[in-house]
Amino acid sequence: MEQKTKINAQEGQQDLFIVREFNLPVESLYRAYSEAELVEQWMGTKVIKFENSKHGYYEFETSHNGQVMFKANGTIHKVIPNQEIVRTFEMENTSIGVQLEVLTFENLTDHTSKLTIHIIYQSEKHRAEQLKLPFEYGINMAHQKIEETLTKLN
Amino acid sequence: MKLRRDVFQAIADPTRRAILSLVALQAMTPTTIAANFDYSRQTISKHIQILAECELLSQEQQGREIYYQLNPQGMKDIADFIEPFRKLWESRFNKLESIMQNHPSKIE
Repeated sequence: MEQKTKINAQEGQQDLFIVREFNLPVESLYRAYSEAELVEQWMGTKVIKFENSKHGYYEFETSHNGQVMFKANGTIHKVIPNQEIVRTFEMENTSIGVQLEVLTFENLTDHTSKLTIHIIYQSEKHRAEQLKLPFEYGINMAHQKIEETLTKLN
Repeated sequence: MKLRRDVFQAIADPTRRAILSLVALQAMTPTTIAANFDYSRQTISKHIQILAECELLSQEQQGREIYYQLNPQGMKDIADFIEPFRKLWESRFNKLESIMQNHPSKIE
């Protein structure tokens, strides 16, 4: 299958780029990032606070079986509709630290657009923590699955 | 699994990265590697040990000497490391695209 999302993480650096082209006009792509109810749907998280404007802020929370699994927040530094969002992002209770995110929205054709997310971490070590996370998450999920299966057997 | 988790920490250190680029050119003994640095032989040995444990270096015995060289498979594992993170975004963005395709832009 074609890989639409590309990650560019150079060795020895403390930043990375996430690049993706969408079959969407840039206005739709930007809306997905600027309206709370849309963010909730595609991020699969609950939006507690959301104000997408200069000096605005946001807060996300994801629960599983009544237990909070993921909590994140950030402040918005700059917003240019359909072009750019500059914000911070922090996943709470992790060692990833605070990251600076520059989101660039580009119009390619009337029906296609491109999103580039430049994420700058506090250090290379913080970036390594971030990259480890989905990996560990996957392992935890597998463990949980095994435990659930074993519990059912008993 | 533990091995892979440490790979990033292994290459986070500038001295270890320098060692990797040295042995990428040719296999070297710890003594020749250490000769390229101002650090003690002991310090360099420790770095070599970490790189070898993470399978970024492979070793070969030649007579009384041990030669270290770059293990390309270990370097490939670093690229694989990013894959779960990439997949996470791929699935989020696929969702975003399908949701927004059903939400035509507002005409302003």
